[in-house]
Amino acid sequence: MKSTRSNKLSDKNSRGKDMTLASLLSTPSELTDTASSKCAIVLMTRVRLARNLAGKSFPGWAKEKERTTIMEACREAVVATPQMKRSLSTTVDELSELEKQILVERHLISRELSGAKSGAGVIISKDQAFSVMINEEDHLRIQTLRAGFQLKKTWNAINDLDTALEDKLDYAFSPTLGYLTACPTNLGTGMRASAMMHLPALVISSQMEKVVRAVNQLGMVVRGLFGEGSDASGSIFQISNQTTLGESEEDIIKRLGSVLNSIVEHELNARDRLMENDAPKVFDKIGRAYGILQNSHLLSSGEAMNLLSLLRLGIDLGVFPDNSRCVIDRLFIEAQPGHIQHTTKHDLESSERDTLRAEKLRVEFAAFAKPTFAINGKN
Amino acid sequence: MASPLKCDLCTKPATVHLTQIVNNKVHKVDLCEACAQAKGVTDPSGFSLADLLLKASLTPEAAVAEGLRCEHCGFTQGDFKKHGRFGCAHCYDTFKGMIEPMLDNMHKGTTHTGKVPHKALDRKLLTDRLSKLEGNLDEAIKAERYEDAARYRDEIHQVKQTFGQKLTR
Repeated sequence: MKSTRSNKLSDKNSRGKDMTLASLLSTPSELTDTASSKCAIVLMTRVRLARNLAGKSFPGWAKEKERTTIMEACREAVVATPQMKRSLSTTVDELSELEKQILVERHLISRELSGAKSGAGVIISKDQAFSVMINEEDHLRIQTLRAGFQLKKTWNAINDLDTALEDKLDYAFSPTLGYLTACPTNLGTGMRASAMMHLPALVISSQMEKVVRAVNQLGMVVRGLFGEGSDASGSIFQISNQTTLGESEEDIIKRLGSVLNSIVEHELNARDRLMENDAPKVFDKIGRAYGILQNSHLLSSGEAMNLLSLLRLGIDLGVFPDNSRCVIDRLFIEAQPGHIQHTTKHDLESSERDTLRAEKLRVEFAAFAKPTFAINGKN
Repeated sequence: MASPLKCDLCTKPATVHLTQIVNNKVHKVDLCEACAQAKGVTDPSGFSLADLLLKASLTPEAAVAEGLRCEHCGFTQGDFKKHGRFGCAHCYDTFKGMIEPMLDNMHKGTTHTGKVPHKALDRKLLTDRLSKLEGNLDEAIKAERYEDAARYRDEIHQVKQTFGQKLTR
């Protein structure tokens, strides 16, 4: 019953590959279409749980046949949950390199999964708020993603999905060590909670290094936009808990929440100070970014991210209207290389991609709201 | 563990003991938790697990684990050094002596205090009980202990009823 309704990402027999991928890209999603003033500094909140089936080898050690059995068992359980009604379900083998890249850019699969051996897959909910990776590092990597600063809500949502899966699957669990995971660094709760934060003022005023050090000392980790090893283009950082054992999920979330709140406060202070001391410099950066986005003919993804970041700061400072924030958040994703490549049929060189990106942004910003530069209402 | 060593960087008691071999020379460092964290020793992304393991393998209990092999999946300690990940859930029992000292440095505590998959655990308890009772029943019938057999049959019936109430939706 469920499988006939689930919309396969690359089911060649029904609608053809591009059609179904296009439907994923054109459906409003949690990340690209819901940003509001509540997301001023925390763009999104994400929680993931690592789970494994009892009595089976972990994915990295299992033979191909066992991986396939595991995948079938997990897939069946996942698509049957109410959260995954009308979801997209696919194996990694069925995806092209470009499709994998697009899913990575949308934070729906990890780089590790996109390079996985056969017998790995993913199920993505219609609104792209839930995704479950199968046979990545662990049998199940369950993820929930919400726009804005919503740690508790995100945890509750993923907790419900996890409990629903428990109905069908026997998890590997030890009363002393908790959920047993392939890597001992994920033992216990198997939970990694994170927030994507936009911190331009801390970057402009060179305070990020200090913040990273303080956050590390509090047992949290700071990474770039795409996780481990990625850079922080667009002044976007991912902050998450480092340890998973010895503390309950609620306690981890509480602790992370208070760290995030204090980073938000630091960012707001840094913005106030920038505006007090050097408003013309800040306005100049925002105004130039706006000009470039409207008029450039070559834009790398790194430069585009940094310009979009300045416009987002402009929105927070009242230069542009509040409702334009979700345009920026959508463009943060649509300006990524995979998304640009997807807009055209033939394979693009990186320079051609830069031309296409600039063209797309010129069109978007021709229709963008006009700026009003005013400090506390005065010109 | 050994005598209360002091941290090399401050005066607090050292809980992280690191031995590195560089150019055939042995360097020993003793750190307190705060300094270890500041130096990135406890950061799994900045510090290789194999290194932590190497350190753990110097302790006597872990030395015994050297020749161990997980009987469920065939995973060995050498495999862990190579991959930094285990082969299956049973490896945590097999390599207990090796993993326990690592966890102390890696996490906030060594005992799970979070969510427990009650439904799955109850289900497992009941299935285990059921298969044991069914074995008993077979044996009792074979040995012609019919009174026992009747008792087992009743118990199986009861367990199945609980099973039905608790676990079907």
